[in-house]
Amino acid sequence: MTVVKYDEATRTYEGTDVAAVDSLNLDIGDGELLVLVGPSGSGKSTALRMLAGLEPLDGGTIYIGDRDVSNVRPRDRDIAMVFQNYALYPQLSVAENMGFALKQQGVPKEERISRVRETARILDLTPYLDRKPKHLSGGQRQRVAMGRAIVRQPAVYLMDEPLSNLDAKLRVQTRTEVVELQNRLGVTTVYVTHDQVEAMTMGDRVAVLKDGVLQQVDAPGTLYHEPENLFVAGFIGSPAMNLVDVGDASPLKIGDSSLTFHGPGASAVGNGAGRITVGFRPEALRVVNDGPLEAHIRTVEDLGPEVYVHVAIDHQSESLPLVSKMPPPFEGNPGDSVRLQIIGATHVFRGDGSRVASTTANLS
Amino acid sequence: MSNADVPVVVGERKWVNHALGFAAWVTGLIFFFPVFWMVLNSFKTEQDANTAPKINFTPTLDRYDDVTKSASGLLSFGEAFTNSAVIVLISTLIVLTLAIPAAYALAIRPVHKWRDVLFFFISTKFLPVVASILPIWILAKNLNLLNSRNALIILYTGINLPLAIWMLRSFFSEIPRELIEAAEIDGASLKGQLTSIILPMAAPGIAATALLCVIFAWNEFFYAVQLNPVKGSTVPIWVTTNISTRGDFLAKLSAASVLACIPVVLAGWIAQKRMIRGLAMGAIK
Repeated sequence: MTVVKYDEATRTYEGTDVAAVDSLNLDIGDGELLVLVGPSGSGKSTALRMLAGLEPLDGGTIYIGDRDVSNVRPRDRDIAMVFQNYALYPQLSVAENMGFALKQQGVPKEERISRVRETARILDLTPYLDRKPKHLSGGQRQRVAMGRAIVRQPAVYLMDEPLSNLDAKLRVQTRTEVVELQNRLGVTTVYVTHDQVEAMTMGDRVAVLKDGVLQQVDAPGTLYHEPENLFVAGFIGSPAMNLVDVGDASPLKIGDSSLTFHGPGASAVGNGAGRITVGFRPEALRVVNDGPLEAHIRTVEDLGPEVYVHVAIDHQSESLPLVSKMPPPFEGNPGDSVRLQIIGATHVFRGDGSRVASTTANLS
Repeated sequence: MSNADVPVVVGERKWVNHALGFAAWVTGLIFFFPVFWMVLNSFKTEQDANTAPKINFTPTLDRYDDVTKSASGLLSFGEAFTNSAVIVLISTLIVLTLAIPAAYALAIRPVHKWRDVLFFFISTKFLPVVASILPIWILAKNLNLLNSRNALIILYTGINLPLAIWMLRSFFSEIPRELIEAAEIDGASLKGQLTSIILPMAAPGIAATALLCVIFAWNEFFYAVQLNPVKGSTVPIWVTTNISTRGDFLAKLSAASVLACIPVVLAGWIAQKRMIRGLAMGAIK
């Protein structure tokens, strides 16, 4: 059983005052696939490299299982890592690449060969075992990199954006394969990505990082429906959540329409919370015939199963862009005037970005 | 290739390209001509070589016979070549043995203040050779190293080491970091990382470095003539022993020079592909 624990883990790069990873506390369960996600510079890769032993800790502790590995060499941590550029050894064949770690561990040749063959079979790499990496396609190289990690049967897999060099279609396909494989092997996995769709689709839980600080760690659904702060709200979801700064006037208004909150949590809103930002997902904003909020259409994106209507409203005497997700068919062209209503979850955030409540609201 | 892919060279640019190409050929030939003339002279009789420039002559290998037979009694052809080969190979081996770990420490695990260290290495080349000869000569004399191979082995190692460290450092820097990290995670020790990842990947660079060291050491004259004028001396010194104060010696000297050039040219020829790749890979950046 392998759990991974970051305890106040901190890393500050030489020559900077700001910590790349700041007092990270994170528990990763046995067999869990945890995704670290965040924009570039958020410290997600640094956090992974700290676990790998490739970055030293400036504070705190990291445990793999019960063992404090903070000062343990990478090769003694019983981990395997898949790199963004795959880091295949160019002078070695696919079989030698996959068997490299076993050879270093002193595994007997026969066992090595049979384990490499078995892994190659799982990953459909058998025909390529004798090839050099430069004679493989991007997708095949990616599989070899995965195979190199799998064949070792380590306690933890670390994956640093392993799909980002694949084209969009292959990425979606490989995403599923990786999740299936991880489920089958049941090995604790830490997966880093900047792509929130990848994070949401792959992770048992997703940890969102920003500027080296953990923002929220939860199941994908919880992150989506109950974001703990403004950053998570804006980062998770595509297209992004509509966020409107409504000031501190009472009643709260978007454009000329007043916001009324219902449901649980509604009472928490407006109790001296100061400046308020409200957020609602594109699917909670509807273009309706008799809606209270006036807007005009900027563009219409018809994706087939859904239509994204990009609109602009007048809010506090400025033009504010919003997105509405509508079911097809949608009639409307750029420049048309339409009316909007909020139907569904609305999130209320304080001036400091923390969440007051997730509730429902509508406009009148 | 379709017509659209062919770069269209028109008017002035075409003319300029031709002119530049012609100039390059002329320059190349001007540089090559003395070598060509030397080779030609080496097949002539002394009389032919010393009369007005002559292309039409009966080639002879007699001069090669002359120079390879020890006539002066000072330094034979065989001795000089053996000395050169031993000195060059041993010094190059020592250079690589020292430069590879140094380059690793500067490129892959940069030590504290590595830039200063790198500058220190190259700064040892700032001192004019002439300025250092007296202390070196006195040292060599006191250590009983005059007229021995060891003096030149030590000196050539010292001369080539900074260059080798600089070259190897830039080759090592080009190895993707992730590869070394992957090897580290895969359980490779420092020795394992070096032997299975770093050295195979940097092989062209190491070959290029070794070849340059060989060429520099093979051609070195100044220290050799000062420290080993008689015994244990090298090919360049042997070449000069073919200069005589009496009689003509141009054809003989040419033959000796050709023999002195052959190993270096051969080594360069064999390693050409690797060396060019190696030089282009990182040394000149």
